[in-house]
Amino acid sequence: MSDDYNFAYLDEQTKRMIRRAILKALAIPGYQVPFASREMPMPYGWGTGGVQVTAATLTPDDRLKVIDQGADDTTNAVSIRKFFERTAGVEVVTSTSEASIIQTRHRIPEEPLGDDQILVYQVPIPEPLRFLEPRESETRKMHALEEYGLMHVKLYEDIARHGHIATAYAYPVKVEGRYVMDPSPIPKFDNPKMEMAAIQLFGAGREQRIYALPPWTRVVSLDFEDHPFDPSKAEHPCALCGAEDAYLDEVITDDQGGRMFVCSDTDYCETRRANGHRGELAEDAA
Amino acid sequence: MTPLLSVRNITKRYGPHLGCGDISFDLYPGEVMGIVGESGSGKSTLLNCLAGHIPPDDGRVIFDTRADGPRDTLQMGEAARRMLSRTDWAFVHQHARDGLRMGVSAGGNIGERLMAVGGRNYGTIRAAAGDWLGRVEISESRIDDRPSTFSGGMQQRLQIARNLVTGPRLIFMDEPTGGLDVSVQARLLDLLRGLVRDMGLSAIVVTHDLAVVRLLAHRLMVMKDGHVVESGLTDQVLDDPQHGYTQLLVSSVLQV
Repeated sequence: MSDDYNFAYLDEQTKRMIRRAILKALAIPGYQVPFASREMPMPYGWGTGGVQVTAATLTPDDRLKVIDQGADDTTNAVSIRKFFERTAGVEVVTSTSEASIIQTRHRIPEEPLGDDQILVYQVPIPEPLRFLEPRESETRKMHALEEYGLMHVKLYEDIARHGHIATAYAYPVKVEGRYVMDPSPIPKFDNPKMEMAAIQLFGAGREQRIYALPPWTRVVSLDFEDHPFDPSKAEHPCALCGAEDAYLDEVITDDQGGRMFVCSDTDYCETRRANGHRGELAEDAA
Repeated sequence: MTPLLSVRNITKRYGPHLGCGDISFDLYPGEVMGIVGESGSGKSTLLNCLAGHIPPDDGRVIFDTRADGPRDTLQMGEAARRMLSRTDWAFVHQHARDGLRMGVSAGGNIGERLMAVGGRNYGTIRAAAGDWLGRVEISESRIDDRPSTFSGGMQQRLQIARNLVTGPRLIFMDEPTGGLDVSVQARLLDLLRGLVRDMGLSAIVVTHDLAVVRLLAHRLMVMKDGHVVESGLTDQVLDDPQHGYTQLLVSSVLQV
C-alpha cells in the first residue's frame, strides 16, 4: 500500500460529500442525485463513478471484489482492483460470497448477495430518457412530474421494428412505483435479481450522478400488457460447468463456425467446477 | 352556455416591447376562432400564452375542465397543466418538425400521447395509430416509417393525427398551412374542417393567410402591434372591414 495517498485515494471531505449523496440516493430510491464528481486517475468510461462510490464506502476491514462483464480477470477489473490495493490496502477477493463490497461493470453476480454486502455499479449514462429527450432540463421535469410515456415509445418502436422488445441491456425499470431508472448496461436477464438483500449503489462519474436501491426495493421492468418482460438468455447450458441458470457469453472458438457458451460470471463457473460440475467441453484434468 | 375558454386581459411584454396587450375573448364549444395579423403583431405570443408555453405578465386563461369545471390554467400546478396539454388540448406547430419526434416512427408518434396517459397495450395503441393514419389520409403501410421520409404535407397531417388521438376538446394551431404549396394547403384545410366538424372541436387558428380563416374560422380577431383592432364574424370582418388596417389587409390579397 502506498502512503502517498489518503485512504482509498479521495480526501476525507470528498468522501463525506459522496456519502451525503449516497444517503440521499438511498432515501429516494431511483432518484439521480447530483454530486461533484472528481477527476480520477483513469479515463471517463472506465468506471470513475463506481470507483468514487467504492472509495466513499470502503473501510480498512472490507474485502473488495471487482468484476467486469462478470469476469474477475479482464483489464477493467484488474486495474481497479490494483488501484484499491495500492491506495487503500484492502483485501481483494474474487469469490462473491467472501466479498463485502463488489464493484461491477454490466453484470450482477449469479450467486445471491446477502444483507452484509454492497453492490456498486459503474454507470455510463444514468438518464434512461436521454436518447429520447436530449434536454437535461426537460428530462428532470419529466422525472419530477412522473411523465414516463416516452419510455414506452422506445419499447413501442422496438416491437414495431423487431416484433418483440429488442432492448437486451440497460432495460428501463420503475423503482417503487415512482422513478424510472436506468439499471446501467446489465443484461435484462439480471433485472429480476435487482430485488435483493444487498444495497445497490450506482455511480456515474462523467455525468456526475449517484442513485441507489435500498435492500428489497420493488423494481419492475417496463413492458406492455401484450408483450410482457422476458429476461431471456442463450438457450444453452454452460460448456464448462453445465449451469442451466447462468447468463452465458458466446465465445467463437475457430473460423469453422465453432462456438461455445460459457458462464459470464467467472467466479460462479469456477466454484461450480471445483464442486465437480462438468459441461460438455470441460477438460477432465482440470 | 359556459365558454370552453375565457381569456381575460392577457398581456405579455418583452422588456419595453409589447408582445400582446390586454386581450380578452370567449371561445364556445365547437367554435373556431381565427387570429390574423402581420408578422410581429403578437399572434403567436398570444397563442403561446394561451397554451401555457410562455407565462403572460398579466391576465387569466380560464378553461372549462372536464372534472372541475372552469379553472384558471395559469394558476394550476405545472403537472396539471401538462396533463391538460396532452389530453384536452392539442397544439399544431407551423413546422411539423417542432411537433413531431423525427427519430420515432409514425405509429410511435401517434401512440406517444396514448402511452403518456397510461396506454400499456401494444395492440390497442397500434390499432389506434393505424386508424388515425387513415383518418388523415396517410397510407397505413407507412406506419413504421419515420416522419423524416414524409413530405411536408404528410408531416403536417401526421402532426395533426398525433395531437387528436386522445380526443382533445381544444386545438391551438400556429400557421398550420405555412410553408405548404397551395394544393396541399387545400387538402389540409379540407381535412381540418372535416375533423373539427366531426369531433366537435374548438380551435384557435393563428395565421396570416386570410383564405385559411375564411374556410375554417367562425369568428375572427385582427391584431396589430399587440392589440386587437377588430373582431367579429369572419365573413362580416372580411367582407365589410371597418378598421383601416383590416381594410389594408383585405385589399392586399391578390385576386387571381
